[in-house]
Amino acid sequence: MEQKTIVLGVIGADVHAVGNKILEQAFREAGFKVVNLGVLVSQEEFISAAIETAAEVIAVSSLYGHGEIDCRGLRDKCRESGLNNILLYVGGYLVVGKQDWKETEKKFKDMGFDRVYPPGTLPQEAITDLRRDLGLEAGA
Amino acid sequence: MTEKEQALLIDFGSTYTKLTAVDLGRAEVIGTAKAPTTVQEDIMIGLENAMRRLKEDYGVDPGRCGRRIACSSAAGGLKMVAVGLVPDLTAEAAKRAALGAGARVLSVLSYELTREEIERMEALKPDIVLLAGGTDGGNRDVILANAGRLAQSSLNVPMVVAGNKNAADAVKDVLIEAGKDVRITGNVMPELGKLNVEPARVTIRSVFMERIVAAKGLKRAENFVEGVVMPTPAAVLAAAELIAKGVPGEPGLGELMIIDIGGATTDVHSVATGDPTKPGVTPKGLPEPYAKRTVEGDLGMRYSALSLVEAAGVERVAKGIGQAGQAGLGGRKGLEDLEGREGLDEERIRSIAQDLNRHTDKVPVTEEEYQIDTGLGYVATEMAVERHVGYLETVYTPFGASYLQYGKDLTKLECVIGTGGVVIYGRNPRLVLQGALFDQAKPDLLKPITPKFFLDAKYILSAVGLLAEIAPATALRVMKRYLAEI
Ligand code: B12
Repeated sequence: MEQKTIVLGVIGADVHAVGNKILEQAFREAGFKVVNLGVLVSQEEFISAAIETAAEVIAVSSLYGHGEIDCRGLRDKCRESGLNNILLYVGGYLVVGKQDWKETEKKFKDMGFDRVYPPGTLPQEAITDLRRDLGLEAGA
Repeated sequence: MTEKEQALLIDFGSTYTKLTAVDLGRAEVIGTAKAPTTVQEDIMIGLENAMRRLKEDYGVDPGRCGRRIACSSAAGGLKMVAVGLVPDLTAEAAKRAALGAGARVLSVLSYELTREEIERMEALKPDIVLLAGGTDGGNRDVILANAGRLAQSSLNVPMVVAGNKNAADAVKDVLIEAGKDVRITGNVMPELGKLNVEPARVTIRSVFMERIVAAKGLKRAENFVEGVVMPTPAAVLAAAELIAKGVPGEPGLGELMIIDIGGATTDVHSVATGDPTKPGVTPKGLPEPYAKRTVEGDLGMRYSALSLVEAAGVERVAKGIGQAGQAGLGGRKGLEDLEGREGLDEERIRSIAQDLNRHTDKVPVTEEEYQIDTGLGYVATEMAVERHVGYLETVYTPFGASYLQYGKDLTKLECVIGTGGVVIYGRNPRLVLQGALFDQAKPDLLKPITPKFFLDAKYILSAVGLLAEIAPATALRVMKRYLAEI
């Protein structure tokens, strides 16, 4: 079976590097091809990488509380760049402090993200969703 | 009887055919000579003229040199167009591969080629097209579409394909179907952010030897030499790598930069990893080739004197020339009042540049002309090195600054070598090369801070790069012998 490609990175001026490494490892072990851009990644870098590698998914992390500003416009730029069907996932500590999760989730979904994950999400949860969203489930 | 111990190294340059004869046993240059290149009529005329001089001036019989190899930048050099997908990724990687192979890159194109871009390519008449796009297993659509457009174009030149390996077969079929000469080679970017320019470099070089040499009217020379084996800039880059790395048993000089200031272009070669030297800096962008070449087509001493003034601005050029005056090159005539910047007004600078642009074979004679050349050379060096080296970008967050590094950090580089007429025959080569130095006013540009400066005093860098093909240890010894610290 052809490997599906995920572009991974921590967006904006965010330097939290540990979760990123863990996600890379977990996605790779789950059989995905991972293009890890590391920390301090701009929207343009996510998009360029996805174009060259023909990725199916862009998985964005944001830990430092500026996720909302950093992620705004990513979906539009993807469309503009011809990435019409790409899946956008986002997770980490998306907003500052303790805000209502439902509201945060809605905010990011409205921005065009397909999946939005609260703090402390385990990679396995995302892997299950990836398999479902990419039609890789056993028997599917 | 031929002397096995002698090698004749030939550079068919755009203006001069230059010869360097080396005694291999003693690792010594036994003669140099040059004569105007005659590629229009018959390449052999210029070569024979130069050989006659070599014999007259040094008593070296070229016919008796046991090894004879050549490089060439005659007839416009190796002209290439590079095509990739994303400008910052595979298009940039393709450009670097072409530059590393010694090409003159006429144009770099990305995404799906438009009709207008194909027409422009046809008009540019490249010698080779380098087609890249997509990482291995990545995007195939764009490189395939571009192969289709190239297939339909009137371009009848070798096409080197260095893109997504999973698209290579289809790309090849499309181009072969249209009767094109296709060479498939390794992807310039097999994985995202991983540069792989060597296979493309090797393929370009073999195309150069097989097809371009003949196409440029150099075939006749091959009856006399073992081969015209590479474009001249590739020979200089080969020399740079040799001098930096050394050979088993003979250490090199370590990481270095070579600045080649010509009439039309200024080339900068660096052989260095360029890793961050400061803590807390995150490298960004495409990784850099260890041996990197950049070419500035708008910075040069003659053909490009006008574009140099355009690019640098009158103010900067005036400052450069004024500085050359203060450094003891002030003309007693004409530029008397030009110790500083006064007197070098816009009109004067432009007329100087215009004059040099019109008289491309002009050699400085008066003090004033030396001062002008030194000043222009300084500015060309300054700008070419600024464009070659990496830079730091500061990202401010509410919690402090983070630093991103794009390109090579060459601040700790210890060795800068200068070549080209303005340094070799000039009055103040050191001042020219000081253009390469770190500038406190632009601390984000990662130029060398305290390098030593050397001169390619005998103008033999390309010859050494050629000699490295057959006798690397000797080539290194020859180079070391004639590198003059200044
Ligand atoms: C270590 C750390 C740092 C280190 C980072 C070192 C490094 N280079 O990695 C340093 C000291 C540099 C740092 C700095 C800052 N930090 Co800090 N940091 C932490 C800390 C303690 C641990 C982070 C960590 O490594 N966790 C372990 C990894 C495995 O978990 P993770 O990163 O959360 O990632 C997992 C999941 O979240 C999830 N996940 C993450 N992304 C995604 C994406 C997808 C798609 C999916 C499915 C899942 C997913 O999967 C990952 C793997 O399991 C956390 C608090 C905490 N306990 O989490 C604060 C924390 C993240 N930091 C915080 C803050 C505020 C900062 C600073 C702004 C503080 C400051 N004033 O200086 C700066 C910001 C600097 C910058 N420009 O980025 C806050 C963020 C608050 C918010 N968003 O509301 C936290 C939560 C602490 C707190 N409770 O206040 N920090």
